[in-house]
Amino acid sequence: MTHHAVSTLNGWLAIAAGVISSSAGNIVLSRSLKRIGDLGELRRSRGIVFVVALLLRNRGFLLGVGCMAVAFYSLLFGFSWNDVSLIAPATNALTFIANAAAATMFLHERVDGRRWLAAVLVATGVVLMAF
Amino acid sequence: MNLRKYLVLAGVTVFAPVGDILLSYGMKQVGNISLHNVGSLLLAVANPWVALGIVFLLGFFASYASALSWADLTFVLPATSLGYVLIALIARFALHEHVSVFRWAGVVLVASGVGFVTTGPELTHHPKHEPLGHS
Repeated sequence: MTHHAVSTLNGWLAIAAGVISSSAGNIVLSRSLKRIGDLGELRRSRGIVFVVALLLRNRGFLLGVGCMAVAFYSLLFGFSWNDVSLIAPATNALTFIANAAAATMFLHERVDGRRWLAAVLVATGVVLMAF
Repeated sequence: MNLRKYLVLAGVTVFAPVGDILLSYGMKQVGNISLHNVGSLLLAVANPWVALGIVFLLGFFASYASALSWADLTFVLPATSLGYVLIALIARFALHEHVSVFRWAGVVLVASGVGFVTTGPELTHHPKHEPLGHS
């Protein structure tokens, strides 16, 4: 394969890994953080040490951070092979759509017409900005 | 929504794109990383631009985690893309760079999408549960 073909293949592999791991991480994090409660209010009432200890003891939060770390290294891998103008917008655009679907299925969020339209508008806009 | 929540969303918006740019700049200095040598990704954090990018992304993550603790994922996520709008505006009006028609169209679409979401409720209400932090 030519260097260009390898760059393209590795770039899209990184995008796929980034979308899957960040979607999984977002779902797990969102669920765990909702169960913990408003972090800003907790920090004011109980202090930052309490909040950090609470987060570090929460398995869902740690799993979410692990998934985000995989997404981060996928992004780093992608940046080393292809332009930021492809990797960042493509990963973000696909993540919006994947997350809207996953939030409906796993978090039972009310993703109404307004939110679907927003996800599609943002995803399209992010792709256009790459040009 | 109150001022504190808008500030948290502003943190989500600003930290991510700045972190991405710093990471990209640093990784261009580090060079290509082959699939056979993925371990060298771990060493990439020694590059100062990558390290600074990570600091910004930690700031993003703190804001993002805070936002997810009181708002839906499908409400918070579009806010992350407002950073691209910010970059396009800075590029055009502060750096006097050429911004293509496609990029302006993207700016309008992203801003519209975020506008749609933020005019709606930030949280889907489920049957009451006691948050762990208050127990």
